[in-house]
Amino acid sequence: MSQNNKTHYQQLSSQMEPKRPLLINCFNAFWIGGLICVVGQCLQWFFIHYFDFNEQTAGDPTVAVLIILAILLTGLGVYDKFAQFAGAGTAVPVTGFANAMSSAAIEHRTEGFVLGVGGNMFKLAGSVIVYGTVAAFVIALIRTLLAQGGIAP
Amino acid sequence: MKLGKQSWRFENSPVISSAGTSAGPFEAQGPLATDFDVLYDELWLGETSFEKAQQMLFETACNQAMEKGQLTEEDIDFILAGDLSNQMTSTNFGCRSFTLPYIGVFGACSTSMEALALGAFLVNGGGAQHVLAGTTSHNAAVEKIFRYPTEYGSQKPPTAQWTATAGGAAIVSAQGNGPLITHATIGRVIDEGLTDPFNMGAAMAPAAVDTLKAHVNDTGSDLTQYDLVVTGDLGRVGRPLALELLKEEGIDIQPQQFVDTGILMYSEQQNVRAGGSGCGCAAAVTFGHLLKRLENGEWNRIFVIATGALLSPISYQQHETIPCIAHGVVIERGGKQS
Repeated sequence: MSQNNKTHYQQLSSQMEPKRPLLINCFNAFWIGGLICVVGQCLQWFFIHYFDFNEQTAGDPTVAVLIILAILLTGLGVYDKFAQFAGAGTAVPVTGFANAMSSAAIEHRTEGFVLGVGGNMFKLAGSVIVYGTVAAFVIALIRTLLAQGGIAP
Repeated sequence: MKLGKQSWRFENSPVISSAGTSAGPFEAQGPLATDFDVLYDELWLGETSFEKAQQMLFETACNQAMEKGQLTEEDIDFILAGDLSNQMTSTNFGCRSFTLPYIGVFGACSTSMEALALGAFLVNGGGAQHVLAGTTSHNAAVEKIFRYPTEYGSQKPPTAQWTATAGGAAIVSAQGNGPLITHATIGRVIDEGLTDPFNMGAAMAPAAVDTLKAHVNDTGSDLTQYDLVVTGDLGRVGRPLALELLKEEGIDIQPQQFVDTGILMYSEQQNVRAGGSGCGCAAAVTFGHLLKRLENGEWNRIFVIATGALLSPISYQQHETIPCIAHGVVIERGGKQS
């Protein structure tokens, strides 16, 4: 088929493609992502008020609880259904990272603990860690240079 | 006899003497549940992996076909089958339990009609008395290969299709009672430059239209002669595109006459977005639902075109476009006694 026809079909298929509900998706992501953060905030207060944590140290148990909850919901087969509705709302918070790791671990369980679970757990989460580390390095470098130049404190 | 460039006419009219189907729990909630022979109530099918479950779907469909046709492995000459797994392990392993000569065929989701067409060709030419043609797909086993882990929370777009957990097999015989296979059209690989693996319907629609066009040209038949032209599986996105392309090509077809197995398989409430997909979807719907209605006399002549997207996760990541293929088989109500 000629190039002309190809372009014609590509145009036709994009015209007839059902549009992704971008506004609704953004709205749902906003309020559900926000709700997860509210839950996190409540957990943090809980740890500060009822346990021996301060504002700096309460972050650790809070994140741990959110991770456990996300993994539990992933294992129960609920998280993916919730995420279809919430989109980025469940992907961006720490729960998304927990889901990415645990879903890959569950998926490859039948291939064994070493090559299956261990080898595939970071299949999706790996690039977050790689590019998170690279980005942190670049930002730290810029900050150090700015500090050396006396621009930043 | 070969007709034109891509088609065969089977003058000895091979018969679909028997067919068997199997389906998973989600498909059992769909509108076609009563048309399937064996329904499983859980996704593992009692196996220890989804790959084994996929194999089980295939074996069950084959055994059902033999049982219903009162045939044993002794009677079958060849198995023609395939699936979507890497190296087609589910089918290969499934055929380990059948002591039969086996020809593996891969056409992605077009495998059902590819196997049926080749089976009819073998039987028509006297190369076999009975051929078992089948295929299978399992939602979790296939998603694992082509997409993200099943429990991963990614938001699927409205164009995405749902891989069916189902298997279907048909026995093509030289003699017997059942629907006749009169023609087949073998598709070409068509690539219109689409790249979105979450929109397979749009990628595959031109392949279906190309095969339909070749069929019309080769056989000189008019699509209005068919009670039904069935695609599998263009879904809700690909079907209107195929209709639009057919209109542009000047091929006459009524929208109500043009149905899709991916749309038939699930109800609106099941929320599978654009519809079903996977080798097993077209196979189970054709060999379960469509053949039954054909035999009941609801239709006389149908043309089933199964479409396959010939991509791999690697080809997608390397930014290759999605090549597609479609194979069609004409099935007529009838039958002959030995």
